[in-house]
Amino acid sequence: MTSTRWAYWVALPLAVVVWAFIALIAQTSLLPTPLAVLDAFWLALQSGELTHHLGVTLRRVIFSFVLAMLLGTLIGIWMGRSRLANALLDPLLVLFLNLPALVTIILLYVWFGLVEAAAVLAVVINKVPNVAVTLREGARSLDPKLEQMARVYGFSRWQRLADVWLAQLFPYLMAATRGGLALIWKIVLVVELLGRSDGIGFQLHMAFQIFDVASILAYSLAFIAVVQLIELVLLQPLERRSSAWRAAGGSHA
Amino acid sequence: MLELYVDGPVVGHPVIGRVVATVAEGDRICLLGPSGAGKTTLLNAIAGLDSRLSPMIQAHDGLRIGYLFQEHRLLPWRTLRQNLALVGAEPADIERLLGEVGLAGAGDRLPDQLSLGMARRAALARCLAVKPQLLLLDEPFASLDPDRACELRALIARLLDTHPGMAMICVTHEARDADELANRLWYLDGAPAVLQCDQPLTGDTSASQLSERMRLLST
Repeated sequence: MTSTRWAYWVALPLAVVVWAFIALIAQTSLLPTPLAVLDAFWLALQSGELTHHLGVTLRRVIFSFVLAMLLGTLIGIWMGRSRLANALLDPLLVLFLNLPALVTIILLYVWFGLVEAAAVLAVVINKVPNVAVTLREGARSLDPKLEQMARVYGFSRWQRLADVWLAQLFPYLMAATRGGLALIWKIVLVVELLGRSDGIGFQLHMAFQIFDVASILAYSLAFIAVVQLIELVLLQPLERRSSAWRAAGGSHA
Repeated sequence: MLELYVDGPVVGHPVIGRVVATVAEGDRICLLGPSGAGKTTLLNAIAGLDSRLSPMIQAHDGLRIGYLFQEHRLLPWRTLRQNLALVGAEPADIERLLGEVGLAGAGDRLPDQLSLGMARRAALARCLAVKPQLLLLDEPFASLDPDRACELRALIARLLDTHPGMAMICVTHEARDADELANRLWYLDGAPAVLQCDQPLTGDTSASQLSERMRLLST
């Protein structure tokens, strides 16, 4: 493992070098050099615009993420545990899974106006089916032997949830979280571009109208950095902590 | 404390046919029979895990059952101490129970860090943690090497001695287990399964002879 660590640091720097090289040759404002992008990034940061819009977008992401995870988890577990629920909801699930995000966004804006609630709801509607599908798999994979054990020993509803189910559902929750964040980021930007007057999506829209490629790239970079930060600071430690028992199990000689 | 009245084939239940018996305080029953005869199914039904059979099984109100499954079925993400606490054991009792099964000081270990024999004893400690009036054991000696099996047999015999009122139903393949642990023998055979024999084991009837006779009868 450690011997291939260096390989991790090859592709990205190489991409930056290639980019810089092409930008220098092309000499056009449509492809700014990495330095120009850094410049634009610094400017936006200093003016406070970047942090403001990033904050707004982040708030929307967190809000719709939490809502979508809660709803999707409930629906997914219900469908995984009950055949009736699955039969009832499966056609709807398929419908919403295949509904283009853009359609939901447009419809909600048309019906509710260009308001915050419509924006968040559009993101939630797009995300819930994915979470539900993942958690349905998780609920179906719950070990029936542990269910029997919990019944014999009279586990309360809460004990069953917190002590028996959570650890088994955890990998599915993580998968839904990972996929969820990636998807929600992207949809939030579209929602902002189409009908909000703040947020990264809105800023991208403005930059697009004046062909300010440096700003577009600068905002994207800030965005990617934040996503990576969340992955590094929040998701990975959480995953390590919660799967510690698996690692410990392997130590038995 | 327990009455089984499964009379004739049960609709929608191909495994269990006719089982009529009662279990009283202090009964130590070994349940023998060929594999696939439905011994585990019967044990699950007694534990209340089979909704189709539960109407035909009358247990005293609040009968406390400790069930040692074939696998340990401890929560692998919880330590032994937490596993025992989850079924309602007090902190002070947990140490005592672990000591009783020879796992003193192992309270902080995870089930997957234990050998098969240790994990089974930990699961046995969990059975005891509910202060059972009825102990259900599903092949407690299976896949243990002879020494470990011997130790566990001695441990269970000791537990039965110290809890005289506790009833036990133990599924096993070995008549020898019955000779050492049981005062009564059940023999389950057929498809759907019928309780062919319900005999007390006294000095001059050994389980080995009885089960041999049953085996011959059924072939």
